Amino acid sequence: MTLAWQSVDFPGGKVSYTSEMSFISESSQTRVPCYRVLEDDGDLISDCDFQQVSKEDAVKMYSNMVTLQIMDNIFYEAQRQGRISFYLTSAGEEAISIASAAALSEQDIILPQYREPGVLLWRGFTLQEFADQCFGNKADYGKGRQMPIHYGSKKHNFFTISSPIATQLPQAAGIAYSLKMDNKKACVVSYIGDGGTSEGDFHAGLNFAAVMEAPVIFFCRNNGWAISTNVSEQFRSDGIVVKGRAYGIRSIRVDGNDALAVYSAVSAAREMAINEQRPILIEALTYRVGHHSTSDDSTKYRQLDEIVYWKKARNPVNRFRNWVQNIGWWSEQQETQLRNSVRKQLLEAIQVAEKTEKPPLSELFTDVYDHPPSNLEEQEKHLRETVTRHPKDYPSDISV
Amino acid sequence: MGLRNIIGKRLGLGLVRRRKPFSTATCDGDGNGNGNAKSINLYSAINQALHIALETDNRAFVFGEDVSFGGVFRCTTGLSDRFGKARVFNTPLCEQGIVGFGIGLAAMGNRAIAEIQFADYIYPAFDQIVNEAAKFRYRSGNQFNCGVSNKFPGLTIRAPYGAVGHGGHYHSQSPEAFFCHVPGIKVVIPRSPRQAKGLLLSCIRDPNPVVFFEPKWLYRLAVEEVPEHDYMLPLSEAEVIRQGSDITLVGWGAQLSVMEQACNEAEKDGISCELIDLKTLLPWDKETVEASVRKTGRVLISHEAPVTGGFGAEISASIVERCFLRLEAPVARVCGLDTPFPLVFEPFYMPTKNKILDAIKATVNY
Repeated sequence: MTLAWQSVDFPGGKVSYTSEMSFISESSQTRVPCYRVLEDDGDLISDCDFQQVSKEDAVKMYSNMVTLQIMDNIFYEAQRQGRISFYLTSAGEEAISIASAAALSEQDIILPQYREPGVLLWRGFTLQEFADQCFGNKADYGKGRQMPIHYGSKKHNFFTISSPIATQLPQAAGIAYSLKMDNKKACVVSYIGDGGTSEGDFHAGLNFAAVMEAPVIFFCRNNGWAISTNVSEQFRSDGIVVKGRAYGIRSIRVDGNDALAVYSAVSAAREMAINEQRPILIEALTYRVGHHSTSDDSTKYRQLDEIVYWKKARNPVNRFRNWVQNIGWWSEQQETQLRNSVRKQLLEAIQVAEKTEKPPLSELFTDVYDHPPSNLEEQEKHLRETVTRHPKDYPSDISV
Repeated sequence: MGLRNIIGKRLGLGLVRRRKPFSTATCDGDGNGNGNAKSINLYSAINQALHIALETDNRAFVFGEDVSFGGVFRCTTGLSDRFGKARVFNTPLCEQGIVGFGIGLAAMGNRAIAEIQFADYIYPAFDQIVNEAAKFRYRSGNQFNCGVSNKFPGLTIRAPYGAVGHGGHYHSQSPEAFFCHVPGIKVVIPRSPRQAKGLLLSCIRDPNPVVFFEPKWLYRLAVEEVPEHDYMLPLSEAEVIRQGSDITLVGWGAQLSVMEQACNEAEKDGISCELIDLKTLLPWDKETVEASVRKTGRVLISHEAPVTGGFGAEISASIVERCFLRLEAPVARVCGLDTPFPLVFEPFYMPTKNKILDAIKATVNY
């Protein structure tokens, strides 16, 4: 019991004092436990605390996870064949993007890092729309300006991806503040990897969200690797979840390969964020099964058998499949049908995307500002003259 | 063509120099004295603009370090009391957070008016400005921007810049050149209270992200009649503030009053100087500068920022490209030295009236 004379006042509030000098340990005795609902084999843990999923949602979740897997494989191959310039997969993290998206409403605003196309897929972005962006054709909403996988869709409340890491986090706080001002029953969900939490913008984003009491869920995909940098070289804390308290943010660590756990945690976080108007931090532990991107060969810095282990024994898609099948909501037949259908649709989408024209040259100059200033008008005029003089210097699939 | 006077004194350099009257020779339609005008200083003019911005759009927000009590330069006085803490608020001490947060606000259709306490501290926000704000519209194919909506909101970043007599390395910088190299943002610098109010309102209402540098030295020292009503001055339009025929001088912000003094002295030697306030550095009004150089055949650019890679280099290169055969002399630049902004050596560092005058004469006599 602290007596009144044993506490002292400072800016920031009362604090009790002690004459015993003791340092808070740099780490706690045990690591923060990880919330899970399914065993590794997909059996529901008995007496567990979780948010029930309807059959319709569960089937949609599973189908989307399979679709994401197949989409990743096929686009990856397309890059290898030289048909698109770049790609990165969500292999091993399918449960994270699909299950988190499933727990949200369409009004919730997504600020992705770049490994969350599953969220867009859940919301209805078509395979054709994905392919169009990867091919940078005239149907790409981004008008061919960015590398593949830099999706964005206003109608799906999915902000356009940018390559710089963690820049979305303070923006998420601003967007959430706007929702707060509008009294909207919606929140922002912003994703980040383990590496991204080392950026200054992580600190900025979380601190601002906490001070501004903004309804944003910061979802960290701790997949163990930032390209070739293992988490042991990224931070010395017990992962990311412990950082929440440093900002006054409620946090949870969840098994990112357990779709039901992710779904439950995000559902609960969303309610808190909206009803209490506060940020929430979720750390999802997972493993990046694929290489960082098509520009990476991860066998150069990690063991092949580690990768194979996670791909086979800890596969989130198989784990959820077991649960969905055991309940009787999914069958082998549906599996085969789905896989064949998705594969076929993807191959068609790629064919169509490949044949679709690129955006016209004029789109190089639009949208820099709301209206093009005179220097851009001059440059466009001059460039067109140059193209007329030296047509062979320029790709023939962009109409001038 | 009315004349408006601004008188300021420059202290802290060991001597008190009386500034000569500074004329704003042309008055834009919205900027002249119809209705009431009061004699106020620069920070009060900015304060008025902010009051009007928040009054006319209930989705306008003002935020940054210490803005709630009025700000370290008093630019935000009275806003918090009048519009409430939800719209006018202090942020944590974190420039990258201030700008990132502002981008988020603007992307949702709000008018986000962010303050960076000193331009010297804007660099942590450089990534958010260059990689995010400037490219937000372009990279999304105009699905997202900071940003158009039916209420045309946007992101404005205000920061005090420039020499103040005793600011040293970190309270005197003029970083405009870094930002002028970024397609997708605008860079605006006012020279006086009346200009500041009208330009700031234009920046706030512009559907593109804008960086607005305020000459801190003029916050209290520049006093001018400023109309009390809501008015806007156009962006990307330079203004000829003094007509002349022998040489064109181009500048912005506080430096213009130094250049004006040099012009007055040059006139005594029979040199007729034309002085242009660029006002918007990005995108800048080449046409007005070019027309003037076609008339005079000579150009001199002056800015406080270091000469190498300063914005004067861009103006010089463009003018030489466009007016080479008309030029009677090389383009002159009278700028800060290529050193960090020094404290005791400030008088040596600065592009002074006499340095400008010497360069005017050298150019005219080339």
